[in-house]
Amino acid sequence: MTMADEQTTAAALPVAPPSPRFGETFAHARYVVGDNPVTGVSFGLLLILVICALIGPSIVPYDPLASDTAAALQPPSAQHWFGTDQLGRDIFSRVVVATRLDLAISVFSVALVFALGGLAGVAAGFFGGWTDRIVGRIADTIMAFPLFVLAMGIVAALGNTVTNIVIATAIINFPLYARIARAEASVRRNAGYVLAARLTGNSDARIVLTTILPNIMPIMVVQMSLTMGYAILNAAGLSFIGLGVRPPTPEWGIMVAEGAAFIVSGEWWIALFPGLALMLAVFCFNLIGDGLRDIVDPQRRT
Amino acid sequence: MSAVPLLDVRDLTVEFATRRGTVRAVRKVDLCIAKGETVGIVGESGSGKSVTSYAVMRILDRAGRIAQGSVAFSGVDLKAASEREMRDLRGREMSMIFQNPRAALNPIRTVGRQIEDVLRQHALAGSGDLKQKAIDALEQVRIARPEERYGAYPFELSGGMCQRIVIALALACRPQLLIADEPTTGLDVTTQKAVMDLVVELTAERGMSTILITHDLGLAAAYCGRVVVMEKGEVVETAHSSAIFRAPAHAYTRKLMRATPRPGITLRDLLPEDAEHPPAPAAPAASETLLSVEHLVKEYPRNAAGAFARLLRKGGEEAPFRAVDDLSFEVRRGESVGLVGESGCGKSTTSTMVMRLADPTAGRIAFKGEDIGAVPASAFSHHPLRSKIQMVFQDPSDSLNPRYTAARAIADPILRFGAAKGAAAVRARCEELARLVGLPGELLDRFPHQLSGGQKARIGIARAIALDPDLVILDEPTAALDVSVQAIVLNLLADLKAKLGMSYLFVSHDLNVVRLLCDRVIVMRQGRIVEQGAAARVIDDPQADYTRELIAAIPHPPVQEVTHV
Repeated sequence: MTMADEQTTAAALPVAPPSPRFGETFAHARYVVGDNPVTGVSFGLLLILVICALIGPSIVPYDPLASDTAAALQPPSAQHWFGTDQLGRDIFSRVVVATRLDLAISVFSVALVFALGGLAGVAAGFFGGWTDRIVGRIADTIMAFPLFVLAMGIVAALGNTVTNIVIATAIINFPLYARIARAEASVRRNAGYVLAARLTGNSDARIVLTTILPNIMPIMVVQMSLTMGYAILNAAGLSFIGLGVRPPTPEWGIMVAEGAAFIVSGEWWIALFPGLALMLAVFCFNLIGDGLRDIVDPQRRT
Repeated sequence: MSAVPLLDVRDLTVEFATRRGTVRAVRKVDLCIAKGETVGIVGESGSGKSVTSYAVMRILDRAGRIAQGSVAFSGVDLKAASEREMRDLRGREMSMIFQNPRAALNPIRTVGRQIEDVLRQHALAGSGDLKQKAIDALEQVRIARPEERYGAYPFELSGGMCQRIVIALALACRPQLLIADEPTTGLDVTTQKAVMDLVVELTAERGMSTILITHDLGLAAAYCGRVVVMEKGEVVETAHSSAIFRAPAHAYTRKLMRATPRPGITLRDLLPEDAEHPPAPAAPAASETLLSVEHLVKEYPRNAAGAFARLLRKGGEEAPFRAVDDLSFEVRRGESVGLVGESGCGKSTTSTMVMRLADPTAGRIAFKGEDIGAVPASAFSHHPLRSKIQMVFQDPSDSLNPRYTAARAIADPILRFGAAKGAAAVRARCEELARLVGLPGELLDRFPHQLSGGQKARIGIARAIALDPDLVILDEPTAALDVSVQAIVLNLLADLKAKLGMSYLFVSHDLNVVRLLCDRVIVMRQGRIVEQGAAARVIDDPQADYTRELIAAIPHPPVQEVTHV
């Protein structure tokens, strides 16, 4: 049997499910949301963010890049909901359009760090020995630096691009993921079902991928949600100090940086609205993390 | 019985608020304990026996509440008592011993300090004589060299020793009532005997009352004056322990009693009396050798310290610890062999080596004539003989991947070894195996957390026999199960063996269970074989002192009356 058709057999095996399980998860999710309405609010916020990211550029009233010097520095009004900036660009349009870039940076960096840190950590926890030592020392080395300064250094060294922001954000989060995955995997490596998997002829690599990894997923997903907010903040922070995304691309961090100069002269709206969007996004991901923790925590499944 | 009972529980109903509505864990329980009396509460998991005692101590968790009834402790209404009053009562007037002694002790404080904490809490000792009182308390629970143990941390002591410390803690303030919640589950039989003897002696000395909560009827009968049997939150029978064995009134008590393994019965006697059972399969005739273990040795380095610590240590290397010391035995085809001994005797180490999950230090493991001990454990998962040695694990919950359905768990070995091709064939084989182990087909798509302990045990067995193995290692397969489920699982294992012609290597600490399932018994101690021979011979006529000691430590319910109920 080749690997490929082995996979399809395994995938095709549960004939009737997963409907009962899905139904149960859904019921549990509803219970958690009912128990803690804040989780519901945060999922609503996430929905808005995702909609903005997906169709934002086609629903905004103005071109986010079009400057109109005649209408510069106007306070919020019916025409420009969030006002206009020093070049007369509509801030509302720019805030909405920026969602896509900011979410993309955080999603890709979290996905990257999950793949790297998660796998390295699981391998370290499962195999122990040298794997553990190497992964552990890499994580220690990264943690020895002030993380934001390290991210600045990486972007500065690799070049000022969005890709490099994603890489830098992933690297600074690596120790967090590696450590969580390592701890969870080492708890499970002597569990009965791992021994059982070994007895039924699974190789170590297979056990890691099909047995350990799925079992630590819930914890990792919670962690991912919590890091999403941090990743957004990190990306915005880098742009704020002039690294990464360059003007005139609409991005929350740059917009705050640009608006900061105008706060003293009374044009508060330029910095406030992108800052508010940034805050809401981080807030939303953190709350979702808390909510997800409640959903996956077996202690609450009574 | 004196005029005012020490503990008077009437009509107690305890409810738990869960997502699926309110669950009544305890229903209208009446319990009356006189001063100086020892009462056993017996029941299987979910019978509400622990919840009852938690309600008495008022330590129910957040979701639970006493919905109805009254709890009076020497005339004081505990239901109305404030948390402050309860704190004062707990420890000084009534205290509790829990199941896992290690979990009940603070791992980072020395045991002496922990005893002092309790004494200080209840202002029973001044700072001057605190240490002396703690040492006295240790001495009372028969801890040898109490001055030395005073400074020991829980991890430095054995399980039995830890349980004695817990008892010392519970008795430090001379309470009137002691609630022991499965105090000896998880301890060896000889340790169990020592701990229970100690509890009974100390409580009798002080005129204390004791509630012993246990799933083991034999234990309750041996140590308690009165036994209360609970089922599904209700008390079904209360009687003196001698009377309950002579004439169990309730059907559930009879069922429990039948299911308890004891000398002089066969496997079929464990099953409920009402159902029809085919006669037990006869022991197969001796045939060729399937597994032969010769001079097996497993050594562990005594101290896991690093190279630096070794450099500092003066003198030569310490001799490594021999977990298994020159062990030789055989298992023939169709035979079931019991490997018996207390924790730390090396029986699990032996089975893991035979299972090829660990490498032996020396010796030969010949399986079907091939030395599989020479194949490193890490490479054995691809060995052609892998499918021929399988295992049923101790804890059915822990040995099932929580993210696999029952069908997927059973199918795992089939998929790995390609015993069936295509999803339909694999599914059909799973259904066939489920039928063999008596698992209803509709449960195949459930996840482990949706199944009961007995059902999970069946899945574990189905997975082990999926590849038609020649040798199945049973590692205390019923230790985590209730007696009635254990009775069914043991019978299932015996039937499967007869049907499929496998051999069993049954690892257990329970001689009563081993006698029922095994043809031959090997008794181990400190990595060596103390005695081996036919099961009936070893148990009825033990030759080695150690075997005699083991058998004497098993609490025996009065047997003869039970068999003809």
